[in-house]
Amino acid sequence: MDILTQQLINGLVLGSIYALVALGYTMVYGILELINFAHGEVTMIGAMVALTVIGLLLGMAPELPGLMVVFSGLLVAIPACMALAFAIEKVAYRPLRRAPRLAPLITAIGVSIILQNVAMLVWGRQYVAFPAILPQGQYEVFGAHITDLQLVIVALSLTTMAGLWLLVERTRLGRAMRATAQSKEVAALMGVNVDRVISATFVIGAAIAAIAGVMVSAYYGLAHYHMGFLLGLKAFAAAVLGGIGNIAGAMLGGLLLGIIEALGAGYIGDLTGGFLGSHYQDVFAFFVLILVLVFRPSGLLGERVANRA
Amino acid sequence: MKSTLFASSALMLALLVAGCGDKKSADVDVIRIGSVAPLTGPQAHLGKDNENGARLAVEEINAGGLVLNGRKVRLELIGEDDHAEPKTATIVAQKLVDQGVKAVIGHLNSGTTIPASKIYHDAGIPQISPSATAIAYTAQGYKTAYRVMTNDEQQGKVLGEYATGPLGARRIAVIDDRTAYGQGLADEFEKAARAAGAEIVAREFTNDRATDFAAILTNIKGKSPDLVFFGGMDPQGGPMAKQMKRLGVNARLLGGDGLQNANFIKLAGADAEGVIASSPGLPIDSMPGGAAFREDFEAKYGVIQVYAPYAYDAVYVLVSAMIRANSAEPAKVLAELPNTDHNGVTGPIRFDHKGDTLGGAVTLYQVKDGAWQVLETVKR
Repeated sequence: MDILTQQLINGLVLGSIYALVALGYTMVYGILELINFAHGEVTMIGAMVALTVIGLLLGMAPELPGLMVVFSGLLVAIPACMALAFAIEKVAYRPLRRAPRLAPLITAIGVSIILQNVAMLVWGRQYVAFPAILPQGQYEVFGAHITDLQLVIVALSLTTMAGLWLLVERTRLGRAMRATAQSKEVAALMGVNVDRVISATFVIGAAIAAIAGVMVSAYYGLAHYHMGFLLGLKAFAAAVLGGIGNIAGAMLGGLLLGIIEALGAGYIGDLTGGFLGSHYQDVFAFFVLILVLVFRPSGLLGERVANRA
Repeated sequence: MKSTLFASSALMLALLVAGCGDKKSADVDVIRIGSVAPLTGPQAHLGKDNENGARLAVEEINAGGLVLNGRKVRLELIGEDDHAEPKTATIVAQKLVDQGVKAVIGHLNSGTTIPASKIYHDAGIPQISPSATAIAYTAQGYKTAYRVMTNDEQQGKVLGEYATGPLGARRIAVIDDRTAYGQGLADEFEKAARAAGAEIVAREFTNDRATDFAAILTNIKGKSPDLVFFGGMDPQGGPMAKQMKRLGVNARLLGGDGLQNANFIKLAGADAEGVIASSPGLPIDSMPGGAAFREDFEAKYGVIQVYAPYAYDAVYVLVSAMIRANSAEPAKVLAELPNTDHNGVTGPIRFDHKGDTLGGAVTLYQVKDGAWQVLETVKR
């Protein structure tokens, strides 16, 4: 029982990270029907920038409290990622807005490769270690271990998701985003500045990605120029699982994918008597994805197309 | 049209002049040697380390002036990136063969070295891997395949005996990263541990891109082992040590040479304390030329990751065979490689009939006070 509890906690933490990154994919897809493959790399840049700031701060004033240092890193990483996403959209996607859909998709992959290589040149090939400055509190609940960091990750994810939901559903910008998602032309006729709304979508997604990037590197204790690739792929799968273009779907898909992965990897070996092992972890997650796509091509929550943003 | 004609004749003239200029250096033969390792991706730091080790040797040899068959020879190292992927490894290997390299130092991983070895074998080019340890590499019967590092059978056996002997482990969980290296080492470890009477309570798997091990470690925790063995590299081992502590797995972490490097300690932080890992050969500071090598290497490229001394020795083994053959022709060099008796930085290097190293040692290290400390060296 304590093992099951622990696996659910593992999955929940992993899933809330996936969900945050998945939001960025789904928001952009909702508006542009573009799969922004560079989004995983924006997450990576967020982690790298934050780590650089953290390293500088620790170098100058080692006595600062750890939480404050990490928070300062995050405060620099968020605007950095927002500026980056703004530039990417303007340079790489906007000129192709009326091009066939395949063109911006390929550009997205190109941007992703460029960002990876730039990061490799700037931060090197080394794994950058996240300094152990965060409080290391641990609790035992029903025999399972929970750390302060895990609680913060889940809490921060849920807060961010709630904030985004409020933004989309309750603000003028949110209404403009939903309108643009339904029809760019009609929204423009109604006085919505479509270009600005699309920019805002990218920038908001990037801010969330920066938060996710810092959380990932703090959680695993490392950052690497390559870290955004697999994270982006998993988050993309989560977005599709939940129904791409649907914000609630991205959250649900992320959390589900995390839990499926944890339970799958944890139990597949025992359930099949060692015939299948935990190396099927990723297969398991993607198998579920395929099942969903076969029986519900729009994803779990994908039918509310009109409401997407 | 006229101007094009003028331009092209000017170009011809320029080429001619350039050609004349080259004449002066034309009495130096250039011999190309390939060096293959992952230079991008999660293991890029290790790959660059290998290439730098080989480069240091090449630069020293060039500075010393190599003469073969009465002609001055300059070595040119061509560094290629195999992404640590078997598929890319074969593409890169073919590319090197097509470029006419006379020998290859590489690859880094067993999973890439093995598929590439067929291409070098078919082309008749000697291949010396500094770091591939999978048994399968030299078991294919290729007369072109050599390595300068202890193989997994030798290392896995030492690790298995150490775990069950001095560490007294009875319930052991084994994890590997499903690469030829990780799997091979874990299999040999498991064999030796079972033979010594230990029980393998769990066999779990991950991959060489993963950072999350919570699921498999939680499962392992449920089986309450007293030792966890990981066959894999530091990018996974570091976070794994952290997550073991976080999940409250009360077992010692033991690994092979993939963990025994500076980066592991950096990534695992305080949770690296007490972790034990082995490395083939002697500790670098006990190597005959270790201190001097460290000084030269660090002056040029910074901290040594793991395999740089082996890549460095591999180049010297190759060049000494060229000197004995008095030629860089692959066929003649291959005839001389079995007679290798080289006193390298990593120790004396001699080969058995398969291309594996003879003799040598495996050293066990433990992290104490944030640094790898030598526990003991097991001679084979």
